[in-house]
Order: sequence, then C-alpha cells, then structure tokens
Amino acid sequence: MALSSAILKKALHRNSVSGARSISSWWRSVEPAPKDPILGVTEAYLADPSPEKVNVGVGAYRDDNGKPVVLECVREAERRIAGNLNMEYLPMGGSVKMVEETLKLAYGENSEFIKDKSIAAVQALSGTGACRLFADFQKRFSPESQIYIPVPTWANHHNIWRDAQVPQRTFHYYHPESRGLDFAGLMDDVKNAPNGSFFLLHACAHNPTGVDPSEEQWREISYQFKVKGHFAFFDMAYQGFASGDPERDAKAIRIFLEDGHHIGVAQSYAKNMGLYGQRVGCLSVLCEDEKQAVAVKSQLQLLARPMYSNPPVHGALIVSTILGDPDLKKLWLREVKGMADRIIGMRTALRENLEKLGSPLSWEHITNQIGMFCYSGMTPEQVDRLTKEFHIYMTRNGRISMAGVTTGNVGYLANAIHEVTKSA
Amino acid sequence: MASLLSVSLTSASPSPSASLSTQESHKGKLKLRNSGLSFTNEKINPFANEKSSGRISMVAAVNASRFDGIAMAPPDPILGVSEAFKADTSELKLNLGVGAYRTEELQPYVLNVVKKVENLMLERGENKEYLPIEGLAAFNKVTAELLFGADNPVIKEQKVATVQGLSGTGSLRLAAALIERYFPEAKVLISSPTWGNHKNIFNDARVPWSEYRYYDPKTVGLDFEGMIADIKAAPEGSFVLLHGCAHNPTGIDPIPEQWEKIADLIQEKNHIPFFDVAYQGFASGSLDADAASVRLFAARGMELFVAQSYSKNLGLYSERIGAMNVVCTSAGAAARVKSQLKRIARPMYSNPPIHGARIVANVVGDPALFNEWKAEMEMMAGRIKNVRQKLYDSLCAKDKSGKDWSFILEQIGMFSFTGLNQTQSENMTNKWHVYMTKDGRISLAGLSLAKCEYLADAIIDSFHNVS
Repeated sequence: MALSSAILKKALHRNSVSGARSISSWWRSVEPAPKDPILGVTEAYLADPSPEKVNVGVGAYRDDNGKPVVLECVREAERRIAGNLNMEYLPMGGSVKMVEETLKLAYGENSEFIKDKSIAAVQALSGTGACRLFADFQKRFSPESQIYIPVPTWANHHNIWRDAQVPQRTFHYYHPESRGLDFAGLMDDVKNAPNGSFFLLHACAHNPTGVDPSEEQWREISYQFKVKGHFAFFDMAYQGFASGDPERDAKAIRIFLEDGHHIGVAQSYAKNMGLYGQRVGCLSVLCEDEKQAVAVKSQLQLLARPMYSNPPVHGALIVSTILGDPDLKKLWLREVKGMADRIIGMRTALRENLEKLGSPLSWEHITNQIGMFCYSGMTPEQVDRLTKEFHIYMTRNGRISMAGVTTGNVGYLANAIHEVTKSA
Repeated sequence: MASLLSVSLTSASPSPSASLSTQESHKGKLKLRNSGLSFTNEKINPFANEKSSGRISMVAAVNASRFDGIAMAPPDPILGVSEAFKADTSELKLNLGVGAYRTEELQPYVLNVVKKVENLMLERGENKEYLPIEGLAAFNKVTAELLFGADNPVIKEQKVATVQGLSGTGSLRLAAALIERYFPEAKVLISSPTWGNHKNIFNDARVPWSEYRYYDPKTVGLDFEGMIADIKAAPEGSFVLLHGCAHNPTGIDPIPEQWEKIADLIQEKNHIPFFDVAYQGFASGSLDADAASVRLFAARGMELFVAQSYSKNLGLYSERIGAMNVVCTSAGAAARVKSQLKRIARPMYSNPPIHGARIVANVVGDPALFNEWKAEMEMMAGRIKNVRQKLYDSLCAKDKSGKDWSFILEQIGMFSFTGLNQTQSENMTNKWHVYMTKDGRISLAGLSLAKCEYLADAIIDSFHNVS
C-alpha cells in the first residue's frame, strides 16, 4: 500500500499488485497536525543554537540559574520509596492516600465535606487528565450542557472540552486596556448565561494572564452563581504557587464552598511539587452526600478505565509520602513559598528594569498579576521579533513565563521587550 | 432556573455476550429525565435580594438535582474481582482474577532488574520535567526495536510512528481515537471473546465494533474456520484486532500457518491489522518468538497498528508504560500520523508519565540489564509453564470422567480459558473461594504449585456438579 503522495500512487499502479482495491494510502487524509502552541515553543527553543536564548514559554519552574528544580522533599520521598515496593495496579480511582491528602489542600484540612465523605474524588493524570475526566463526565451526565470558558485561557482547555464533545461558549475575563480583569464583562456574561450553566474558573494564578479576581470580586461571582444556579468547575494548577500560601490560594474555592455550591475541582502537582512529568493530579466533585459521592466516583472510574485503566503510581506515592509526613510537608511548604517568592522577585525586577529603560508604556501589570505567567500585552508580531531578533521564546499571545526569568537574564529580557515595544 | 436534564445510565458496560456495538444498546438505556427541581422565576427570588441565607436552603435550591440521576456503575468485571477477593476472609481463598504475576509464594514480584534501575535513576537524580507529548524519545526507540527487531526495514526506514502511551489501555485508546477521526465509517473486528476492556475502549472512543468467532468451546481451542469466515465477511477496510501472542482471555494462539492465512485474508480484504501485544516475552519466554506474528505482517509491507504494554513482562503494572506503533509505508506518513496521535494525547493527559518510560529505556538500552531482564522473564514464563503442567497432572489424576484436559498445556501465556460457564465460575468463587472472571478465565500467574491440587478439585466439582 502506498502512502501520501499521488505520484507514489501512480507509480505503484504501474506495478502489478494483489488485492482488489488500488493501492491508495490509508493515511492520505492525515494532515500534519499543527504544532501545539505551548509545547511547540520549547521544541523551537531547544533547536536554537544561540547562546543568548531565553525560554519564557512553557510554564515549568526554573531556579535562578535557569535550571529545572527537583524539590528536596521530593528527592527525600523518592529515596524512601525507591526499589522496594511492589508495582501492583492502583485501584481505578488511584491512590486513596494521595487523594485524601489532596482533598485537604483544596477543601481545607478540617473540611466537613471530607468528614461527611460527600466528595467524589479520583486520582487523575495531572490537571489535564482531571479536566478531561470531568469534561467526559459532563458529556455523559449532562449531555445538553455547554462549558463556559474564560477569554483567554490555557489553550488546551479548548482541546479538552472539544475532544469530550461538549460545546463551548466563552465569557469575558481579560481586560486588555487595563491588563486586568474585565469584571463588568464577566458579571454580564454570568448573568446572561442560561440558568444552570457550567463555568470553568481558574482558582488562582489565571493562566495565561496572571489576573485573578479579588476576594470581594470572588464573593460577588459566587453570589451571582447562586442566583443563576450555575455549576463552578475550578481548575487549580497553581495552589501555593501564586501567593506562596496554599490556604490563601484556595480562597476562591472556599468562598464557593461556604456559599453552598457543589463544585468540581481539578488539582495538579505538576508545578507546586515540581512533579511535571509524573502526571499527578486529582479530580473531585462535591456531591450532596456520601451515597451520591460513591455513585459519582464509580462513574468517574468507568470513564477512566477505557482511557488508561488505572493511574500511574510513582508520582502519587511521592505526594502521599510528602503530605503524610509532617516534617516533609513543612519542607514542601517552605519550598513552594521559595518558588513563589522568587517569581514575585522577578516580577519586580522586570518591571523596574523596563521603567529604568524609559519605556513609554505602563508595566504595572507585571507586578499586579500573579503566579507563573505575565500577560505582557505584546502583540504576536512583537513576540515574533523577540524570537527572531533576540532568541526569546514565548507563546504568541504575549504570555511570559516568569519562572523562566532569572537575575541573569532579566536585564536582557527587559531590553528586548523595550526594543520591540518602544515605538508601540 | 432551567431544568437540568440528567441522564440515568443503568448499565454502562455491555454484557459479555453482546455482539453489537454498545452505541446501539446505550441508546436504549439512556433515559432523559427532567431534574426533580425545576425552578420558575418566582422561586429564584429568594436569592435575588438577599445574600447568604444559610447553607442548607441554598444547597437544596441550587445544586441538589445535578447528580440525582447518576446510578452506581457496575463493578469492573476484572478489577472488581480483586476487590471481592480482598474482602473474602477465608484462608482457602485464591485470586485467579487479574492478570498480575505472582511468585510461587503468591506474592507480587518486582523484577530485580527494575529495582536496580530505579536505584540507578535515584543516584543520577534526574529531573522530572514534562516529557514531550509523544513521550520519552529513548523509550520510543527501544520499544519499537524490541517489537520489530532493530534491523527491521520498517525501523531503519523510519516507517513506524511510535508514541508512548499509558500502558496497553492508553495506547489502544489513542489508536481508537485516530480511527474515529480518520476512518469514521470503519469498524473494528474483535475476537469473541476478548479482553473485557477492549469493548469499553472502542465504545468510549465511539468506534463501532463487531465480533469474529475465535474460541471454540467444543475443542476449547481456536475456531479457525469461523474466524476466517467472519473476517472475510466484514466490509473492506475494517480494522482487525489481533492478540500478538498469549490471547487474553483464552490463551489460544493461531499457529504460524494460520497466521499466514490470516495475513493473506487481511491483505485480500484490505483490512488493517491492529495488534494488541501485552505479553511479549511472557508467552513463550522469548521476546523474539512472541513478536513473530507482528513481524510476519510487517514483513509483508502491510500497514498496521501495534499496542504494547510493559505491565506484565517488566512487572511495571502501576507505572502505566506502553506504546502505540503505527507502521506506515513511508516515513512521511509516519511523521504525519505521529503528529495526529500527539494531537489526540494532548487533550487527554498532555504528556505521558516519565517514571516507567525511564525504567524501560534503561533496562532495554543496557546490554547487561537487558540480558538480566530476559533471564527473569524466562523464569516467570517458566513458572507458569510448570504450573500448567502441575494443574494438568492434578486434573488427570483426579478426574475419572475421561475429559480431555490437554487444552491446559496447549494454551499459552498467563491465562487459561477453562471452559467453565458463568454459573460454574460462580461456584468456583462461592463454594471454593477461587476468584476468577465470569467468562471462565483463570490467571495462572496467580496459581502456585502448592495450590494446583485444590484448584483441580474446584474445577472438577464445578464442571461436573454444576450446570
């Protein structure tokens, strides 16, 4: 059987071939997929030979030397678990211990919902897997529903709900002029959506903008959600990473819980525990009671079984080892704060550098925004210039991963940004 | 508040005898139901003008109805067996359910070579950065070479699109999604019986399937004529799901001459072969011998899918490490197919877990470790062969009916299809505390020499005294 080109097809026609059907490609209709806008950036960065290159693309934390970091608490946990455990399949719902500890982080150490066992929760393949399981669950059990997604959002959110075949709508979120939150637009969209709509919310450190509602704004959003009977699904990929304090970063979720919402939550340990490649996360759905939670959990497992049967153990073991040991947990909290502090420091440095260069634009938003990302406000054309002329890699929406900024490159970065924006 | 439509799925998994795509049966079972609470505007008012009025009243009004319609899912027919086994307090209990290898002492087994490699990895202190969507490059290289042979033209000419997947399940699911997207009219032909999760995977990927005859209960062997007839009758361009070796659940594999005929037929009908290789090395003890069927097809220049898993042969069950390989007839097509597999993976889990991939890459990539692995695998496969022999001997010695038990020796791999029906299988569990799947499948990996006689008693009793 020939593939892809018509030329090849003709050539093979000339030869005698067995089989009734003419040799045509099974894969002829397979187009090359577009490069993933985020992960494709790193690929391009890796291919660049320039010694000055800077990667502020993917949201993976780097230390001040620009190196990936494995947390001390993680190394210690790995030492404890290496080589001597069996590798039996986890239950379909994953590691019970890991899930228990993870729920405490989102819902609160002494959450009544945990005590009442009214949360349906399963280990998931990091944040992506948690969102996808929920999207599939939404499709199966609320087949008429849509998902409201903020503009902008992490690009993969659109892929996830699309592949789950849940129709998408958007709601206003980012306000370009102020580089802040379009609160009025957001509230309008919440009010105008049909009652009982499903909304995707970023619990903290919104990706890609870094713009979060204030506590007061969250309360108003929660109230309006009550009025409208909307369902809030929180994607929390940066707990601890935003402010440095996991409790503080869970505030939005806690507000919704206080107000009586039955929410869904996707949690990830990719960033806050540096377990990126281990794919560790959790999907939880707050139900009315234990009985309902058991039923919902069983259905989540039924969705997971034909996707991957049961989740990977290694990362889950690391998480439960750390969170289950008071000293390791304290160490983790210190290390998370350290990462968050470094990023906050780099935000300040970048802004100050730009101001010192005499930029005509306002760069307040760099320090107003929170978390790993800064929505710079640069245009795709400006970003392209940064890449071509300065070997600086970032996504074309102007999102800078602050985790990739170091004391060593912040000056170079500021200079480059200034160059491409000074005549804007 | 608009009324929420909640769906009640009374049973989401098809019965084992279903030969129709469950898409059809799903439609019959879906009941669209208005939620019990449908609010009119008047009922909204309690919230319109005041703030928090107590959690309970808000909960009742706002969200109580959302999950009302959600029924308890049935326990997984395979993984549910282990759960039931754990709950059993009898000392006699025997777990022959899930296909996870056990030692003679019936303990889980972590291969020595795996422990070594994990310690090596720990010492090296490698980072935990995201893998690319397609997985660890070193892993992808060695896994394709292991399957096809490093010298195979399809490898040398870069005609294989290899993507790391979440063990066998995840790899199958990627391929299923690719089929749904690019061959929306095509059907997958699966053996009757097959691993229970195959149907779930194609159902959830919305790929229609039908069955081809495979198991012949009269001979407890392969119904080759039926298999050929059914594959022949299928519409041209169907996907044919084949077990590369150690068919699950029957343990019955085609012999080489039969593989040739199957390949002939598939070529004639322009079908696409789709191999599930979950037991390479585990069936015969030889990695190369167990890959013979796949290599036969590849040698004919056929395009094929192959899912791999390292759960059993490297004991990496819970690490979820496997791969999807698509053999194309050009490097260009392979590159494009790979890019589309990545596009499917990204909204599923973004990129695959790293730990298991590193273990495999290190074991297979190091000659000394690779040899160690081969030895351990021969040992595991050898233990199973011994257990088969002992079970056979026990059955022959105890059963005076003249029944032919030789199928136990002829079947290969971890599983044996005993020919017990559902009621008889239930007797095995209820009376004898032997846990197995209801299709009559026992996992010999969970059997020790010491327990063979007990098992023989149970099987004989269930066969002859229960219908």
